[in-house]
Amino acid sequence: MSDIKIRAKLKDGQTEVKCLMNHPMETGLRKDEKTGELVPAHFIQEVVCKAKDQVVMTANWSGGVSKNPYLAFKFTGGEVGDPIEITWTDNKGETESAVENIS
Amino acid sequence: MIDPKRRILLKGSLAAGTIGVAVGAGLLSPSLVLANWNQAAFQAKDLPEALKNLLGSDVTETSDDIKIKAPDIAENGAVVPVTVETDMEDVKSIAIIASANQTPLIASFDLGDSAVPFVSTRIKMAKTADVVAVVQAGDKLYSGAKEVKVTIGGCGG
Repeated sequence: MSDIKIRAKLKDGQTEVKCLMNHPMETGLRKDEKTGELVPAHFIQEVVCKAKDQVVMTANWSGGVSKNPYLAFKFTGGEVGDPIEITWTDNKGETESAVENIS
Repeated sequence: MIDPKRRILLKGSLAAGTIGVAVGAGLLSPSLVLANWNQAAFQAKDLPEALKNLLGSDVTETSDDIKIKAPDIAENGAVVPVTVETDMEDVKSIAIIASANQTPLIASFDLGDSAVPFVSTRIKMAKTADVVAVVQAGDKLYSGAKEVKVTIGGCGG
């Protein structure tokens, strides 16, 4: 099962996409409370949002985005049933992707 | 007499050692997987430097057309919901900045042709500060700001 939850709703000609991703989003500046050592940076750097294989939006992030990131955006021209694909890539090169249809 | 070549060699190995330690401690990103991720902008320590690296200029025009929705008081700086919206035409990108964070630039959203100039996310804030949104519309940069009071900082430490 994918770690990205997507909800895409068409309303008044605009599609609003909301998604939640599971990710620790470590800045690399935080210290471990027990050991006092810095927790290595581990955060999503890029999120690509596609509707029907067309890129609608690309987000570039720092570790300043909260843990388990939430992202919402809107676009025009979507239709019910169109696939929305969200793909993230983090600073370790890990990547995850999920698809959900517009309802 | 000290052989100058030996001096140079020593200096070189010392420098390499320092970089190795920095990588090991996680101070430097071990690898930049994404070539288009703007490292200079995201690691900039202040707002003008971040904007110059991200958008080529730190000259922005203050605009009331940029609506920033964020709480007046955030009890937990680790999760501050922020929504940026504008009615401007030809919006190419929206950047979200927490001006008092150690690295202020939080996110930059590049909008495609069909995207509506609206983004919503949740950010970390180290302390009470302005949340700044910079919108690139046409060839110009516009900015808006909203103060968020933070009672517990969200950047650890």
